[in-house]
Amino acid sequence: MMEGTCIVMGTDCANVLHELGVNIPLHDQLVAYNRRMHERSTLCRKNRPEAMAYFDESLHASHGARVAEIHAYRKQGGKSIGTFCIYVPDEIALAAHVLPIPLCGGSHFPVDYADKMFPRDICPLIRSTFGMALSKTCPYARLEDGVVGETTCDAKKKAWDLLKFNVMEIPQKKNARDRDLWRAEVREFKAYVENISGITVTPARLKQTIKLVNAKRRMLQQVNEFRKLANPPISGIDALLVSQIALNQDIDTFIEGCKRLIEELHQRVDQGISAYEQPGPRILMAGTPSPMGNAKVHFAVESSGLQVVADESCTGMRYYRNMVDENIDDLETMIDAIADRYFGIDCSCFSPNTERIENIMEIIRDYKIDGVVQNILSFCHGYNVEAKTVELALAEKEIPSFKIVTDYSYEDLEQMKVRIESFKELITAI
Amino acid sequence: MITCGVDIGSTSIEIVLLENGERCAAVKAACGVFPAVRALQTFRSLLASSGLDRSDIQCIIATGFGRNYFTEADKVISEITCHAAGVRSLFPAARSVIEIGGQDSKFISIGENGRIVDFAMNDRCAAGTGRFIETIARTLCIALEETGPMALEGTGTCEISAMCAVFAETEIVGLLHQGVSHGAVLRGVFNAVARRVLGMAARFTLRDQVVFTGGVACNPGVVQAFNKLSGLDIRVPAEPHYTGALGAALLAMSGMTEAPWKMPAVAQPADTWTMAANDPNCPAAIIEECCIGPGGCAGRTDNR
Repeated sequence: MMEGTCIVMGTDCANVLHELGVNIPLHDQLVAYNRRMHERSTLCRKNRPEAMAYFDESLHASHGARVAEIHAYRKQGGKSIGTFCIYVPDEIALAAHVLPIPLCGGSHFPVDYADKMFPRDICPLIRSTFGMALSKTCPYARLEDGVVGETTCDAKKKAWDLLKFNVMEIPQKKNARDRDLWRAEVREFKAYVENISGITVTPARLKQTIKLVNAKRRMLQQVNEFRKLANPPISGIDALLVSQIALNQDIDTFIEGCKRLIEELHQRVDQGISAYEQPGPRILMAGTPSPMGNAKVHFAVESSGLQVVADESCTGMRYYRNMVDENIDDLETMIDAIADRYFGIDCSCFSPNTERIENIMEIIRDYKIDGVVQNILSFCHGYNVEAKTVELALAEKEIPSFKIVTDYSYEDLEQMKVRIESFKELITAI
Repeated sequence: MITCGVDIGSTSIEIVLLENGERCAAVKAACGVFPAVRALQTFRSLLASSGLDRSDIQCIIATGFGRNYFTEADKVISEITCHAAGVRSLFPAARSVIEIGGQDSKFISIGENGRIVDFAMNDRCAAGTGRFIETIARTLCIALEETGPMALEGTGTCEISAMCAVFAETEIVGLLHQGVSHGAVLRGVFNAVARRVLGMAARFTLRDQVVFTGGVACNPGVVQAFNKLSGLDIRVPAEPHYTGALGAALLAMSGMTEAPWKMPAVAQPADTWTMAANDPNCPAAIIEECCIGPGGCAGRTDNR
């Protein structure tokens, strides 16, 4: 029995963390930091849907109860892999009875611990993730039978080499031969997960997991549909939290949580309850993801009187936009359909990436966007340079936009708010 | 109608009172280490010296870094919008605004209709800001006010390549060891500031008239560097540091048509008032007090 001060809920969780070799005192500090940030950015907001309680709890559970849940699953022989980005096909892993656990870090707290192995001038997402692993505060580090990375950026590619992770090659272009390469990669991934679990993917099981993952995407789509309304019943910061939780929680539990939220959002619409106290310009947040723990730019934008009504990033529509056809019975056709769904993602690692501009324009129409904030993580060259292409395309349609390049730390918050408020005044034409 | 603009910057506080759009009083004070309290003190002392009551003022707009913490404000507007408004009233033909304050540098592009078209602003780095010049003055052991005249005195210059305020200091120490004159160092520093800010504005077309505002525009050395580097004749208002507060006071004239803005309660502990009053770093809050009518400056400047 472990003695001590572990602040995560329940002795069971504390024991699990101890067993996983987590540095408990430092992990306590990390959890306390994440909670402070969550209070500051999200919990302090008025008029939140009550059903958000599940997502708030899940955020804390990601460093407690969820860890214990996965630990118990593994004790019973269950298999799992760590994943990065939104390219690793969940359907196939789940069909081989391997649980995918997204590992992208969003907390500023562990960032500097990455210095042991990584340069300072790479993106905060990579530094946060490995800062957690290197400081022994990532409870998931020992909950995997393997880790799968991808080739969306150079820093990640080389990090995978360093850590000897399995890598899926994402092509750089979107021609037929690139698609064939990706389909081959997906098949290799299938063999990889089958090898981990010793279970062969059957057509029936794959059809089932396609439906399951689609159901999760459908939930996210339905929640976000409410943001199209003139008075959104859910704020941008809460919608972001829902997307962040989607990447960590058990799918069935998550779907239940979303159903309760959707029901409440319908009621709020009927009662005319808006998530915002005052009207404000409608903003599309475009660019890089805000993984769990990071809601900084959303917070800065929404606390300046703007409404983030759409997210284009990997913690937004990029994650749940496209579906996989559920009406296929043949295994190989199913795998192709899955591969093609992921191949359709408009990451800035593709050249050219014209689909992204088209998608952005569609969001602007559907969500009646007044202005676009390009939220770019420091050192993400792909999105940072592509921001100009986006800016030019927006300027052509006379849609105001501006770019924020920042990391997870709060040190530039006030300066950022000057720019955001000026942007608001530019849109509202004071 | 009396309106008021309060610009609480990172280094100094400027307050402008307008009566029917004409400036009737203005004051500048150092922020000290209790800027929110200092702003209120300065505001109240300006009211007292102008013989006004809070209720005489129809609208107060706060701007600047401390804008969200000024409890007397009716409304808050960012300094980018306020500087543009101030410049518009002083130079109606202005199309580009360079504003450099204590820790920010900004570039604002103004359209034909006088509205802001776009803007750029430094992020967390202090390169190309007043703080950068302050650091250099300290390294050279001279007062900030002396840096401008000293730079104007000679012609030689030197290349300052470091853009970071901390690294530039290191670079300058090296130059001083090599015997480079203080004037040349300052000219090099001011060129670096101008290069940095013009670089930030590179994605815009620098269109005449270009107006330079903010506290750093008081420094003739920096103005000269901007003129040389851009090849333009950059205009500087008579008191560039009041531009933001002036713009806020002008915007306050139209601000009453909108719903009153509600200031979130920021509690200042009672003892900060006593602490601020006894703050040894900031013995006299008010640096200068001007009473300016349409005829020009008829005020006084206090030596601290």
